[in-house]
Amino acid sequence: MPQNLFVYSEKKPKSFSMSVLTLVSTKNGQPTKGGLEAASYGVALSKQLNSEAVAVVSGDLQDGSSLGDTGIGRILKFPSPLTDSGQWAKLAEHAAKLVGATAVVTSHDHFGKAIAPRVAVRLGAGMVSGVTQLPQENAVEKNVFSGKASAQVEVTAPIAVYSVTPNAFGVRSEGGTAQIETIEVEVGQAKEHITSFEPASADGQVPLPEAELVVSAGRGLKGPENWGIVEELARALGATTACSRPVSDIGWRPHHEHVGQTGITIRPNLYIAAGISGAIQHLAGVNQSKTIVVINTDPEAPFFKAADYGIVGDAFEVLPKLTAAVKALD
Amino acid sequence: MKFLVCISQAPDTTSRIAFTNGDSEFDSNGVQYIVNPYDEWYALVRAIELKEANGGSVTTITVGDANCDPIIRKALAIGADDAFRIDAKPTDALQVARLIADHAEKNGYDVVLCGKETIDHNGAIVPAMIAEMLDCGFVANATHLEVTGTTAKLKREAAGGEETIELECPFVLSAAKGMAEQRIPNMRGIMSARTKPLQVEQAEAPAQTRVQRFALPPEKGACHMIDAENAAELVRLLREEAKVI
Repeated sequence: MPQNLFVYSEKKPKSFSMSVLTLVSTKNGQPTKGGLEAASYGVALSKQLNSEAVAVVSGDLQDGSSLGDTGIGRILKFPSPLTDSGQWAKLAEHAAKLVGATAVVTSHDHFGKAIAPRVAVRLGAGMVSGVTQLPQENAVEKNVFSGKASAQVEVTAPIAVYSVTPNAFGVRSEGGTAQIETIEVEVGQAKEHITSFEPASADGQVPLPEAELVVSAGRGLKGPENWGIVEELARALGATTACSRPVSDIGWRPHHEHVGQTGITIRPNLYIAAGISGAIQHLAGVNQSKTIVVINTDPEAPFFKAADYGIVGDAFEVLPKLTAAVKALD
Repeated sequence: MKFLVCISQAPDTTSRIAFTNGDSEFDSNGVQYIVNPYDEWYALVRAIELKEANGGSVTTITVGDANCDPIIRKALAIGADDAFRIDAKPTDALQVARLIADHAEKNGYDVVLCGKETIDHNGAIVPAMIAEMLDCGFVANATHLEVTGTTAKLKREAAGGEETIELECPFVLSAAKGMAEQRIPNMRGIMSARTKPLQVEQAEAPAQTRVQRFALPPEKGACHMIDAENAAELVRLLREEAKVI
């Protein structure tokens, strides 16, 4: 083995024969939020399995402080940035074998959905996607039937691959520091070439799948010209705006705002729905939200059955009042 | 251009969700099955549109027993040319991906299209597994697909924006909203679907996961109603009781 292949730190606090490997996506030199959530899950799982918590990143990672803070002790860094899912899978397979991983963890977003299944194939592992909590008694829970049920899934292979639902496990601070080691592996040619990136919105909103707070509206708003009151409440809260399917279908709002069965599935801490009746297809996309607020003129709207807080009233009157009350908070 | 579209059956969105056999299996009693919406509305329709524009063929593949035949006929009615059904009980993503990849390898396709996930298991695993088994490029949650010659241009929603990705055939994608619009089969399509070829193949592959049991979520407590005049009270509750803002 060539000497420059791996640079190990001088002292190792504890030696493990097994590990949990987290695949961490980065953006602008930092781990993504999904990556940090996956790392937190990986750290918690490594404690459960009495294993070492290791992360692997490609290319652009400026420093390991945020990953170290989650409790990751060791970061394997591939020198150049990889965006190709096949190349990433080869890197992850190599890293997993290097550290003796019995579990591989990543985020259940566009990064993990492209890479984790490939890694599972390469490792002959069993994969469970969209997990929300740690495994217990040889099974891990995941939501199924679009949030209408959950399943306890057992991995029958020696290695497990888990992808963690965004905004489910959270980023945990353990206050540690991580050693960064360079890892070299032949990953072959890239097949997928990213030729351009277009930011979705200029106003700096958090992307919907990652948003902790979401303000959403439907046909009850009567027209696209009335969305100002929705956007003002979202701005006051620091929330992301969303909409129901009919509203995106008739072009009042862009498609990427559509949450529901056929649009985006979200799991924010707070989902405020104004002028949305709550069809079952809409609920399927939002029913995993931790707190749901429904504002509707119709007291019989089915959405109230799924809500934590409800206001029977006109969105045109209620939303500005909420905005004012939010602004009045210290 | 040969397109392969992976079609799964799924319980209709409005189905009552219940379980049987010690909560280890979905209770299909009285359940109406549909083509998994992402497979149908986005993957299948886009493949048919591209075939109509540039020529080629659209083949569907399904892993499942003969109960799947009605939804396969629906895909044929919408415009697929022929269909394969792998006669095995789907139990696990790795197993399903292996069965589809083996078929694809044997028959050779330029583009393999899947829906972004099924609405029952919400896995989103099979598409990328097929790509790995076929050693080809992959795009998850693609919202746009154009093919010129053997080069494809796709778009996908990535964190905070939209990425454009180019790749060469053959490749695999999973389709999300934006890829195409739902198509209602017309009477001619429904009639011709009856005679289009549906070939059944026997195959087996191992699984690496097993569902031990299903559970329904705990009943949601009653909704706390707040007077419309007192919206500020809601904001107080969100901060002090729900602790979300």
